[in-house]
Amino acid sequence: MSDTPPSVVIEGLSKRFDGPDGKPFEAIGGISLSIRPGTLTAFVGPDGAGKTTLMRMMAGLLRPDGGRLQVLGIDLSVDPQEVQNRISYMPQRFGLYEDLSVQENLDLYADLHGVAADVRKERFARLLAMTDLARFTGRPAGKLSGGMKQKLGLACTLVRVPDLLLLDEPSVGVDPLSRRDLWEIIDQIIAAEGLSVIVSTAYMDEAEHCGHVFVLNQGKLLAEGSPAELRDRAKGLTHVVTPEPGVPARDLQARMIDAPDLVADAVPSGGQVRFICQPGCDTAALKSLLHGCDCQPRKEELEDAFMLLLHQNKGSEEGGAASPPPLASEAPVTEINGNGDGPVIAVRDLVRRFGDFTAVANTSFEVKRGEIFGLLGPNGAGKTTTFRMLCGLLPATSGELQVAGVNLRKARAAARARIGYVAQKFSLYSNLSVYENLDFFGGAYGLRGKARQDRVNEIIRQFDLDPDAQSGNLPLGYKQRLAMAAGLLHEPEILFLDEPTSGIDPLARRAFWRTITALSQAGVTVVVTTHFMEEAEYCDRIAIQDAGRLLALGTPREVRERSGITEGNMNEAFIAIVEQARAAGTNGREAA
Amino acid sequence: MSGAAFKIRLAALVRKEARQMLRDRANLLVGLLLPVVLILLFGYGLSFDVKNAPVALVMDSNSAAAREAVSGIGGSRYLVPVRVGSMAQAETLMRAGKVDAIVRVPIDFAEQQARGHAQIQLILNGIDSTTATTLEAYIGGALGTVALRRIDRGTGGADGAGGVSVVQRTWFNEAGISAWYLVPGLVALIMTLVGAFLTSLLIAREWERGTLEALFVTPVRPLELVLAKVAPYLVIGLIDLVMCIVAARILFEVPIRGSLLAILLSSMAYLIVSLLLGLFISGVTRNQFAASQMALLTSFMPAMMLSGFVFDLRNVPLAVKVVSQIVPATHFMGVIKSLFLAGTDWGMVLRGCAIMMGYSLVLLALTWRTVRKKLD
Amino acid sequence: MDHLISTLAQILALCRKEILAIVKDPANRVILIGPALIQTMLFGYAATFDLKHVPYAVFDQSHSAASTELLARLDGTGIFEREATLTSTAQIAGVIEGGSALMAVTIPADFATRLADGRQAPVQVIFDGRNSTTAGAAAGYVNSVVTGYNRAREGLPPITVVRRAWFNPNLDSRWQILPAMIATLSMLQTMLLAALSVAREREQGTFDQLLVTPLTPLQILIGKAVPSVLVGIMQSTIVLLITLFWFQIPMTGSPWLLYLGLAGFTGASVGIGMSISALALNMQQAMLYTFLLIMPLTLLSGLVTPIRNMPEVLQILTHANPLRFGVDLVRRVYLEGAGLSDIAFDFLPLFVVASITMPLSAWLFRNRLA
Repeated sequence: MSDTPPSVVIEGLSKRFDGPDGKPFEAIGGISLSIRPGTLTAFVGPDGAGKTTLMRMMAGLLRPDGGRLQVLGIDLSVDPQEVQNRISYMPQRFGLYEDLSVQENLDLYADLHGVAADVRKERFARLLAMTDLARFTGRPAGKLSGGMKQKLGLACTLVRVPDLLLLDEPSVGVDPLSRRDLWEIIDQIIAAEGLSVIVSTAYMDEAEHCGHVFVLNQGKLLAEGSPAELRDRAKGLTHVVTPEPGVPARDLQARMIDAPDLVADAVPSGGQVRFICQPGCDTAALKSLLHGCDCQPRKEELEDAFMLLLHQNKGSEEGGAASPPPLASEAPVTEINGNGDGPVIAVRDLVRRFGDFTAVANTSFEVKRGEIFGLLGPNGAGKTTTFRMLCGLLPATSGELQVAGVNLRKARAAARARIGYVAQKFSLYSNLSVYENLDFFGGAYGLRGKARQDRVNEIIRQFDLDPDAQSGNLPLGYKQRLAMAAGLLHEPEILFLDEPTSGIDPLARRAFWRTITALSQAGVTVVVTTHFMEEAEYCDRIAIQDAGRLLALGTPREVRERSGITEGNMNEAFIAIVEQARAAGTNGREAA
Repeated sequence: MSGAAFKIRLAALVRKEARQMLRDRANLLVGLLLPVVLILLFGYGLSFDVKNAPVALVMDSNSAAAREAVSGIGGSRYLVPVRVGSMAQAETLMRAGKVDAIVRVPIDFAEQQARGHAQIQLILNGIDSTTATTLEAYIGGALGTVALRRIDRGTGGADGAGGVSVVQRTWFNEAGISAWYLVPGLVALIMTLVGAFLTSLLIAREWERGTLEALFVTPVRPLELVLAKVAPYLVIGLIDLVMCIVAARILFEVPIRGSLLAILLSSMAYLIVSLLLGLFISGVTRNQFAASQMALLTSFMPAMMLSGFVFDLRNVPLAVKVVSQIVPATHFMGVIKSLFLAGTDWGMVLRGCAIMMGYSLVLLALTWRTVRKKLD
Repeated sequence: MDHLISTLAQILALCRKEILAIVKDPANRVILIGPALIQTMLFGYAATFDLKHVPYAVFDQSHSAASTELLARLDGTGIFEREATLTSTAQIAGVIEGGSALMAVTIPADFATRLADGRQAPVQVIFDGRNSTTAGAAAGYVNSVVTGYNRAREGLPPITVVRRAWFNPNLDSRWQILPAMIATLSMLQTMLLAALSVAREREQGTFDQLLVTPLTPLQILIGKAVPSVLVGIMQSTIVLLITLFWFQIPMTGSPWLLYLGLAGFTGASVGIGMSISALALNMQQAMLYTFLLIMPLTLLSGLVTPIRNMPEVLQILTHANPLRFGVDLVRRVYLEGAGLSDIAFDFLPLFVVASITMPLSAWLFRNRLA
C-alpha cells in the first residue's frame, strides 16, 4: 500500500479574498500536506480556518493564488474537469432542487455521472435503504426535514463510487440521530467500497472517528496526525471536578473559563466540570480557583487537544478571530425584579395541528424564573413549532400558553414586549451596520431619543461590537453576538434562542454560553433549542420532544438516568430516549 | 462514447429544467397567461384608430354656405358632429372630455367667402395629441370635400377647371386597422418576454439557492447547462408563437401573407437570441432581482420602444435610430411585420436570421463564460 | 397622547430602517435612479407619433407643368421628402416593400389633359400600411395638400382652417407622453419595492424577528408603505424635472396639486404592491406577480391609446386601474392646469383602491404568516 500515490498533494497553497473592508486577506496561507488514499481524513478548525476554501479548491471550484494542488494525480490548474469527473463533492449547503422529488434529484445526479441503468437500480435501492428515504421518493426535496435533506444530499453524491469523496461539514444543523445515521452511511460505504473520504467538521467526535486529522486555523495548518497522536498533546492536563453541593456546574465552569491563565477550557458535564489545565500552570492557584472541590484526572479526548492547540495559537497571535467572551464580568441586564417565584412560562395541553398533521400534541411544562430551559429533539420533532408558539409567532390550536404572566392567546403584543428572540439563521438586516440594526430594534421596542441611543451604545460596548461594521460581513461568531444584542436590547424577561450555536466552532460556543450563564445569573429566563447535546449540560432543565410528544422533562441528570445510560454522554442518552419512545410507539401501534 | 454521455447529461438537465419550470406557477403564469392577456388586450383593447369621434359644431352663422362647408363632417365615418348652441357650451363639453374637437363657423362666414377668404376655426384637445393630429387630418379632409363635390355636380369653378382626386391605396393594411400591425409586433414582444425576462431568473436563482456548487463538481460541461436552460423555454416560446398566430388569424383576422415556415424560422431565431440574452444577464448578475431589472431595461423596454413596434422609427432622432439598430428586436420586428402583412421576402428573412445567428453566437460565448464552473 | 407618540416613534424607526435598507442595498440602488432616467429619455426621444419625415417615391408619367406643381406643393410642406423617381410601375413594389419609401405617388400620363378638360384627374397614392397609424397620418397630409391645390386651381376662395390646439399648441406627442410618465414610471418601481418589502424579509428570515417585536401589523404596514411612497414620489420628481428642464414642456398647473395627486396615486400603487407582498411566498413570485399585473395596468391606462377606443367591458375595468386616474390626473394638472375641483373625481377610485388593498395586506400579514 505504501507505494500507492497520495490522493491529494498540496504544496504551498494559498488563496486570497477581498475582505469586507476591501483589503485582501489570506483565506489559505501557504499550506502543504498530502493525503493518503483509502483513508478517512478530517479537516477540523474554527470558523474562518479555511476549511471550506480548501475543499472548494480541491473540487476545482476556486483557483489557487499560489502553490500547487494535485488531486488523484491530476494538476487542478491543468484539467479541473477530469478531477470533477472522478470525485464526488458535497458542499456545506447541498444544492438540492427543492421543487424536484427525492427520486428526481437522485436520477438527475445519476444521469450526470453516467450511471448505467442496471447498476443504478441496485445502487438506488441500497442508498434509499441506508438513508431511510425509500418511503419518501415522491416527496419534493423542499418538504423534507433538515436531517433528511442532508441524507439525500449525501445519497446524491454517492450515486456512483467516486475515486475521492469530499464532504464539507456534512452534519451542520443536523440532530444527533440524523448525524449518527449519516456517519453510519459513510462508514458502510467506506467499508464496502474502500473509498477515500475527506471530511471537514466542527464536531470533534466525528474527527475522532477519522484515520487522519488536520487541524487548521486562520488558513494555516496547526497540527496533523492520527487522533491518538493528537490526543497525546493533552495528556496529563485533563481533569474533571465536582462542584460543591448546591452550586450548579455551570457556575463553577464560568469561574474557570474566566481564568484563562490556568484553565485552557472547561465544560459542564453530568453535574461535573471537565477541564484542561494550561501546561505548567500554577497548581496552587488552580486549587484556590476550585475552592478545594474534588478534582480527578480523566482520559484526554481529541477535543481537549484541539482546544489546547487553539489556545496556544491564539496566544501567539494577538487579536485572533476567537476573542474573549463578552460580558465575562458584568451582567448585561439589570437585575429583574421578579414578581414572585411563579413560573414565567406555563404551557398546558398545548396542541398545534397543520391540517391533519399534529405537529405538537398535548404538551405541558413550566419554566421558572431565571432558569435555563433546553428544548431538544430531532429535526421535525415539533420543537420549532413549540418554540414559535412560545414566541407568539404561531397561534396554538388549543391549550393554554402563558408567557411572562400574559396569556398568549389573548394578548400577544403585550407578551412580545417582554421577550427577546434570537432566530436560528442570522436574521438581522445584513446590509445595515451594527448600529443601524440595533437602533432600529430599539425603536421597534419603543425606546426613544436619548434613552435609545444610550442603551444601544451600552449594549454595543457590552458585546464588544464595532458599531460601523456591516452586519452581513461579520464573522459568524460576531453575527451571533449581534443577534443576541438585538434580542437583549429591551431588557426582556425571557430570551428565546433557536439553535443559536448551529455551525459555530467550539471556541465561539464557549464564549456564547458564558454570556448565557451571565444572563441567567442576572435573572433572565432563557429558553434554548440546540442540536449539541453537550450544551444540554448548561441547562437547568431540559425537555426532549419527538413526533410532537414530550418524551422527557427534568434536569440533565434526571433525563440521563431515565434513559438508563448513566455512563455515556448526553448524546447517547438522547438517542436512547428517542429510540425507546419510537420503539414503544411502534409496538403500541402494532398492539392496537 | 463522449457523445453518448453528452446526450444523457443534456437530457437529464433538460428534464430537470422542464420539471422546475412546470412546477413554478408564477413562472408559468408569466410565460403562458400573460401572452394571452397581451394578445387579447392588443387585439381588442388597444386601438389608435379614431372612430366616431365626437366633434362639437358651433354654427355662429347659419347661412347655406356655412352649412355646406361643414356638411362633410356629418358624412365622415370617423366623426360624429354634436351641434351646440354656443362656444361656452362647447368648451365645457371639451373640458369634460365629452367632445374631442370643436369646429366653429364664424358669424360672417358667408361674407368672408364672398370676399374670397373664409376661415373656419378648429380647436383640438392637445392632451391626447395622437388623436388630435388624426382628427385634424379628418376634419380638414371633411371640410375640403365640398369643393370636389361641387366639381362632381358640375358647379365647379368659374372656368370649369377639373380637380385632382386622390386614389388612395394602402398596401398590406388596406383598412388601416392598427391591430394588424400591433398583433404581429406582439410576437416580437412576447418572444422577448418569455426569452429574456423569464430566463434572466434562471442562473441567478441557482446561484442564490446554492445549487450550482454541487452541480459544478460533476462531469457536466458549461455548454450543457446553458443549452438545457434554453430548451424548455424554447417550447414555451413556440406555444406562445402558435397562440399568437392562431389569435391573429381567427380572432383578429389579421392576414398571414408570408409562409408559416419563414415565420417559424425567424421567430425561433429571435427567441434564441432573447433566451441567451436573459441567461447572460442572469449569469453576470447572479442575483434574481438585479437580473430581472436588467432584463427589463435591456430587452423588454427597447423591444417596446425602439424596435418600431408602436413608434415608427422614421420619426425618431438619428441618435435614437442608431441605438435602435443595435437592438435585436428591431431587426426581428421588421421581418415579422412584413411576413404577416406583406408576404415572404426570403432575402429579408434570411438576412434577419443571419443577424440573429450572429447575436446568438456572441451571447452563447458570453454566457458560456459566466457558467465556467468557478465560484470566484 | 403618550401612547400615540410612542406608536408613531415605532413606525418612524421602521420607516428609517426601510429607507436605509433600500439605499444601502446595491441591487435596490440600481433601480432607484437609473431606470427612471433612462426610460424618461427613451420615452422623450423615441415615443413619438409625430410624422416629420415621409420619404416618398414618384412615378410621374405626365411630366407636365400641372404635375410638377402638384409635386412642388408636396415637397413644399417640408414633411414629404422625395426618395426616388421611378420609371415604371414595377418599381413601386420594390421601394414600398423594402421600406425605403412610405408612399408612392403615381401621376398618370393623361393627368394634364384631364385637368385641362375639366375632368377629374386621379392621382394614385400607395401607402406602406405596415404601420397603419403612420400611413393614416401621411394620407391626411396628402389629402390636405391636394385640397389646397384644387382650390387654388379653381380660383375658389380657400377655406382656411384656423387650428388651435388647447394644452399642446403644436400637437407634439412628447407633450402627451412625458407628463403621463411622471405617474407611469414610478409605478413599476414603487409597486415592486412594496411587493418585495415583505417577501424579501420573509425569504431572509428577518420577518420573524420583526414579528416578535411589539409592532402591530398596522404599524408594520405603515412603516413599509411610507418609504415606498416616498421613493415613488422621488422618482416622479426625477421624471418631472427632466420633463420640465430637459424637454422644456411647460407646466401650467399647481405643483402642490400635482404632488397631492401623485401621493394619492402612489399610495394606491403601494397598496397593490403590499397585497402582492403578503400573498407571494418568495421574492421571485413577488417579482413575477408584479410584472404580470403591471403590463395590463399600463396598457389599459390610456397612456398610449385612448380609453374611449377600448371595448365597453375594458372601459369599465379600467376604473379599478389606479394608473388610469394617475395618468389623467397628472396630464390634466400639468398640461391643462386643472384645479382641485376638476380632478376631484380622479381621487375617488385611487382612494377606494388604497382603502381596499392596505387593510387587506395588513390582514394578510397576520393571517397568512400566523
